[in-house]
Amino acid sequence: MDKKFIISGSPHIYAKDNVQRIMLDVIIALIPATLGSFYLFGFGAVRVFFVSVISCLLFEYLIQKFLLKQKPTINDLSAIVTGMLLAFNVPSNLPTWIVIIGSLIAIGIGKMVFGGLGQNLFNPALVSRVFLLISFPVYMTSWPKPIESARQLTDVITGPTPLGVIKESGSIAAATQTGEIPTYTNMMLGNMGGSIGEVSAILLLIGAIYLLYRKVITWHIPLAYILSVLIFTGIFWLIDPTKYADPLFHLLTGGLILGAFFMATDMVTSPTSYKGQIIFGIGCGLLTGIIRLFGAYPEGVSFSILIMNAFVPLIDRISNKHFGEVKA
Amino acid sequence: MLKTFPRGGVHPDDCKISANSPIKVAPLPNKVYVMLNQSAGAPAITLVKKGDHVKTGQLIAKGEAFISANIHSPVTGIVDKIDQITDATGYKHQSIVINVESQEIWEDGIDTTNDLLTDIKATPQEIIEKIKNAGIVGLGGAAFPTHVKLTIPQGKVAEYLLINGAECEPYLTCDHRLMLEKSEEIMVGITIIMKALSVKKAFIGIENNKPDAIKQLTSLSQNYSNIEVVSLKKKYPQGAEKQLIKAITGREVPSGKLPIEVGCVVQNVATAKAIYDAVQKNKPLIERVVTITGPNLSNPSNFLTRIGVPINHLIELAGGLPEDTAKLISGGPMMGKALSNTNIPLTKGMGGILLLPEKLSKRLDPYPCIRCGRCAHACPMGLEPFYLEKLIIKERWEEAEKHWIMDCMECGSCQYTCPAKRPLLDYIRLGKNKVSAIIRSRKN
Repeated sequence: MDKKFIISGSPHIYAKDNVQRIMLDVIIALIPATLGSFYLFGFGAVRVFFVSVISCLLFEYLIQKFLLKQKPTINDLSAIVTGMLLAFNVPSNLPTWIVIIGSLIAIGIGKMVFGGLGQNLFNPALVSRVFLLISFPVYMTSWPKPIESARQLTDVITGPTPLGVIKESGSIAAATQTGEIPTYTNMMLGNMGGSIGEVSAILLLIGAIYLLYRKVITWHIPLAYILSVLIFTGIFWLIDPTKYADPLFHLLTGGLILGAFFMATDMVTSPTSYKGQIIFGIGCGLLTGIIRLFGAYPEGVSFSILIMNAFVPLIDRISNKHFGEVKA
Repeated sequence: MLKTFPRGGVHPDDCKISANSPIKVAPLPNKVYVMLNQSAGAPAITLVKKGDHVKTGQLIAKGEAFISANIHSPVTGIVDKIDQITDATGYKHQSIVINVESQEIWEDGIDTTNDLLTDIKATPQEIIEKIKNAGIVGLGGAAFPTHVKLTIPQGKVAEYLLINGAECEPYLTCDHRLMLEKSEEIMVGITIIMKALSVKKAFIGIENNKPDAIKQLTSLSQNYSNIEVVSLKKKYPQGAEKQLIKAITGREVPSGKLPIEVGCVVQNVATAKAIYDAVQKNKPLIERVVTITGPNLSNPSNFLTRIGVPINHLIELAGGLPEDTAKLISGGPMMGKALSNTNIPLTKGMGGILLLPEKLSKRLDPYPCIRCGRCAHACPMGLEPFYLEKLIIKERWEEAEKHWIMDCMECGSCQYTCPAKRPLLDYIRLGKNKVSAIIRSRKN
């Protein structure tokens, strides 16, 4: 009897990268900001973080096993990424039960109803964040003050976010007089009110550089997103610097850096072509600018990304010129 | 500045473990199996029957159809039978089985010396005729009859001849060794093709992972004013016809058209050598250089071997089949074809046999597509493999056609690069099959 050989179509070799590795890279990239948030917000952040990650994993497992009757695929690590990003997008004093509801929404409504990994139209963590913001507005907009509240287990001191102060005061000039606007150094370090993972620009950028280095993300979406926010807010700042905050303020406050590098770049919910990614990024940037300056909410990153997520199938069909598309 | 094609491409590990192994002449086995379907197009029609005595280089099957190629006896011996043999396609096909005699007698008129003949006496028509008679096919893998490719259609003009020495497939080194060891013959062969096509300029494209071949051919090209060696960036699929043309000339072959559309003709270096043999030495295509390689093979080698030799004979010469071999590939790991057994005979288009161990042979479990877009960025044709896969799963053939599925050359870059390990090319092949059937039915 002759030896039997495996028959399969070419190619016969694979590149080393795989889905788990990509997810692991995102997890690694989020670690600096995670540790920073633990320092800034203390036990509250640790609690929210682990509740979110563990319940996302658990919901994914349970839904796949008992509702969908599939083989659970939590080993692809995507639920951990969703859990981390959800925790990054909520305040550190959010009650545990709300975090659990948030995880259920993220995994159940954000991901599983579409068919699981790769099928969802919207970023699961953002679906959940917006759901929580609308359902529990009070809990979702009370922001513990960093460092001071880190040492407290109960009775944390809360305050507004810089963007919230501006929205409240009506202008940057009035906002500055409240004394609630942090210095740029503090904004950079994350010493300001905000969601758990969004505050520290520096730690997020360290993670972003790692993702760019590992080629998990490319510069197209973040750059298009951030530049268009800078240009949009810059124009209004030039028109009236007493009313509108400067572009650097808009870059460092709110969830722009987190959103631009970690949320808008979610592969599943963003365009695949570079051209499409730039269009997507510009769309996110303009919407963020419009919501921040003229909307009812102080912050617009989540809404902008979700709205642009809906356009992805359309953007994807803006055809790229393919090889050989020349006149014969 | 290294030249390359602008769009897509991947960077698999080189694995050129046989690069330093000089070409060895493989001894003959007792029996050879000469397949009749060795070229693209129609199989050749046999001219011999059981019991006939054949000489080395004797015409034993004639390519009658427009796209077909002659076949010559690679050995001296007696025709044992004409039988159905399982070949590289996995199906049984007609084959002339010859019992090899130890005393080799060459067909009359064949020059078997190693003397270099640089003076080209044949006229362009004679060159094409000699190439046709010698049964030469493209030795890069596609095995398209060379005389057809060199016959320029009415109204078209060939401006450049491109010689493909890219050898961008990992593991394979047969072209590399040939460029080092038969460089003079290749240069004369190129001059012959230029004469046949009456082109004024030829380029030899070589990937920069073969600096010795680039150096050697560049120094030789000083004697040939119109042949230029071009260093190409190491990037797969640099040796794909359309990509090579784009890299060297900057011209883009329009979708669905042939290279002649932009005034180019592409030939492989090994084909140029075979053309030299045919035109200067009257020697038909009965032998070629084959790389026998694999990560666990004891002596990865390059053999000059006759056509029709069973590959197990060559594997034995390279140290024997490693025990954990689980996949046998004709060609390289990117575009090569998995073979079912080691008795399959060598055909003109086979440039390498790759033996992969168990751990490199199995497909990995696919994950859902996470839309990372790497397949689209890797596609040298600018297609969207992930989207084509979806269209094909949903049997939306017309839409797949609109998304240029027929431009896929099956280089495998998409599937190679996919982090979800999806069988993208399997689906695309299926889709191409269906779409080409639809296109055919439209014409009828």
